[in-house]
Amino acid sequence: MISVPVHVQLLLASILFLIGLVGVLIRRNVIFMLMSVEIMLNAAGLVFIIGGAHWHQADGQAMVIFILAMAAAEVAVGLALILQVFHLHKTVDVDCLEELKDTQS
Amino acid sequence: MDVMHFLWLVPAFPLAGFLLLALLGLRLPARAIAWIGTVSIGLAALVTLWIGLDFLQQPPAAGHYRQVLWTWFNINGFAPAIALYLDPLSLVYIFVITFVSFFIHLYSTAFMRGDEGYPRFFAYMNLFVFSMVTLVLADNLLLLYLGWEGVGLCSFLLIGFWYRDEANGYAARKAFIVTRIGDTAFIIGLFLLVKQFHTLDIQDILSQAPQVWAIGAAGAFWVSLLLLGGAVGKSAQLPLQTWLPDAMAGPTPVSALIHAATMVTAGVYLIARMHVLYSLSPTMQLVVAIIGVLTLLIAGFSALAQRDLKRILAYSTISQIGYMFLALGVGAWTAAVFHFMIHAFFKALLFLGAGAVIMAMEEEHDIFKMGGLRKKMPITFWTFLAGSAALAAVPIITAGFYSKDLILFDALASTQGSTWLWLGGFIGAFITVLYTFRMVFVTFYGEQKKVIAHDPERETAMMIPLMVLGVLSIIGGWIELPHAWAHFTPFSHFLESCLPATQLKAGVESWELWLQLLTAIMVIVGIYWSWLAYVKRPALAYQLKQTAWGRALYPFFYKGWMFDQLYDTLLVKPVVWLSRIDRHDFIDYIYEGFGQLNIGINKVFSRTQNGYLRWYLLCVVGGVLIIFSLILFV
Repeated sequence: MISVPVHVQLLLASILFLIGLVGVLIRRNVIFMLMSVEIMLNAAGLVFIIGGAHWHQADGQAMVIFILAMAAAEVAVGLALILQVFHLHKTVDVDCLEELKDTQS
Repeated sequence: MDVMHFLWLVPAFPLAGFLLLALLGLRLPARAIAWIGTVSIGLAALVTLWIGLDFLQQPPAAGHYRQVLWTWFNINGFAPAIALYLDPLSLVYIFVITFVSFFIHLYSTAFMRGDEGYPRFFAYMNLFVFSMVTLVLADNLLLLYLGWEGVGLCSFLLIGFWYRDEANGYAARKAFIVTRIGDTAFIIGLFLLVKQFHTLDIQDILSQAPQVWAIGAAGAFWVSLLLLGGAVGKSAQLPLQTWLPDAMAGPTPVSALIHAATMVTAGVYLIARMHVLYSLSPTMQLVVAIIGVLTLLIAGFSALAQRDLKRILAYSTISQIGYMFLALGVGAWTAAVFHFMIHAFFKALLFLGAGAVIMAMEEEHDIFKMGGLRKKMPITFWTFLAGSAALAAVPIITAGFYSKDLILFDALASTQGSTWLWLGGFIGAFITVLYTFRMVFVTFYGEQKKVIAHDPERETAMMIPLMVLGVLSIIGGWIELPHAWAHFTPFSHFLESCLPATQLKAGVESWELWLQLLTAIMVIVGIYWSWLAYVKRPALAYQLKQTAWGRALYPFFYKGWMFDQLYDTLLVKPVVWLSRIDRHDFIDYIYEGFGQLNIGINKVFSRTQNGYLRWYLLCVVGGVLIIFSLILFV
């Protein structure tokens, strides 16, 4: 079994996180933004796994299972919201969804 | 069982009535409201009668009865009590207040029927009676002041009772603000008294004052001046008389009760109550007499020119209270209280009669649009005539003669009296006859100008008070006969246990009969002139008005000697002008600057709320980066 150094593992997690972040920032389609958020979430989960493996603790793995369950629920809510947004605005482009801006300026 | 222990019930019944009506009034049927409002006052009147009879049969050993209910508060030994003090003076006052109030409440049950504010009206009226009784029975000046302000509040509320009409609200505010000027003087007077005596207990002050102050001392002068300020405001005397004619905007029973019979005489009560202070300051007492004479003349001439029935009566009230002030000013304390009582009877009667007339005329107030009501409204006419005769002091048969004649005699014959004061009062009495019978003749004689729409004579509840007060206006004076006739003076004898007797000059007794004869001739001449000018030859009054003098004086009198215009020019306009130019002073700029600064900051920050999700996320990421950098590198 090849052992990968911890800092490499963490680098992988960081890269995943950055990919997700950049995705959220540059994507215009809400669905893709949601997917990017999921990537960021999984990057965080990966860090838990790495920590658990490094210190030989089961807590990290348990936490990831929690995160997966929560992510499933969150996606359900997120998709439902997107559905409603699409109903109301006939679009999933975030740049068109700007009703909350301050109307004074 | 001592009857006196029930004294607390006299204010308690009206207060209970007020609370009931204020809390439940809207849910009760009109009949129940009328019952509660009237019966509470009726019970208070019965308790007063019971106590009064007991007081007459077995006067308390000290000449007065004091009932301490509880201590109001205690600050460093200054502890005014909630305590009632009954002596002949306050007994006369509560007797008049409760009985006249009862009849006016009874009258109101019919007069106010159908008004949407029916429960509100009776609640205010009961609160008024409670406050007035508190004022009169108060044992210390602070409690008296509470009642004083209470009646002022009720007066304000009831003048503006029909608040939807803007003019009524204006009249209410005017009454409140003008009397407030007097009340401010009054409370400063109370401060001076506390500073000097460390108490506000009336009897303590009255007994200590002669030891502390010599006659003519500056302290007594200032205190009596300030108390006079309060009295002048409340009793509508010169120079604060302008509010009373406008106060007629309220319902007529209110005018009868508050602005004629009871509240406006609170100033007379205050001066009579604090008579020792005025005896210590002869200057101030002379001022009281002069204010009385000037007021009765000014108000009398104003009444002569009015067309509104209620305004005639309002000016007449000011004028009659002027007589009471004149009596107080010449040291005829009992005569002032006597005239107060008789005036309460006949002026309440006249207002109630006027209310019936106005009701029959469908809210018409102008007497020149009435006329010929004598045959159509016999009860109203005869009782109104009885009240008018008492107001004009028709000799022998009316009560007003006995009280007014006593004041005129004392104005001349008392040691503080003088010919000038008497002459003023005498001319005033003549004018009183003229305007009174002008009012009677124009309203009830001549040809009828308007049909009676709603006959108030079918309302028993309105006619009973008229008849009772009519009888009292006739026979009420027989409890105090002139000295020249007989030594039958139970009223002043009764009061002399708490008020000093009038000091007469030497050798004046013989004048009294001659003065009475003069007064009698004057009254008859006055009635004849009125009859000549308004019944026999109506053109005469018109011709008189068209002469140069008439054209100059009539509008002047009609506007109440232009006092409103004078105060408007002297006080109101400068204040309005000052506040207008002061609208943008530098303090305003400071506040405006704060406002502008906040608006600017708001503009900067509201730019960040552009609605783009991407921008918000970027801000979050940027924030996280900054915080991490700070943690890692600093």
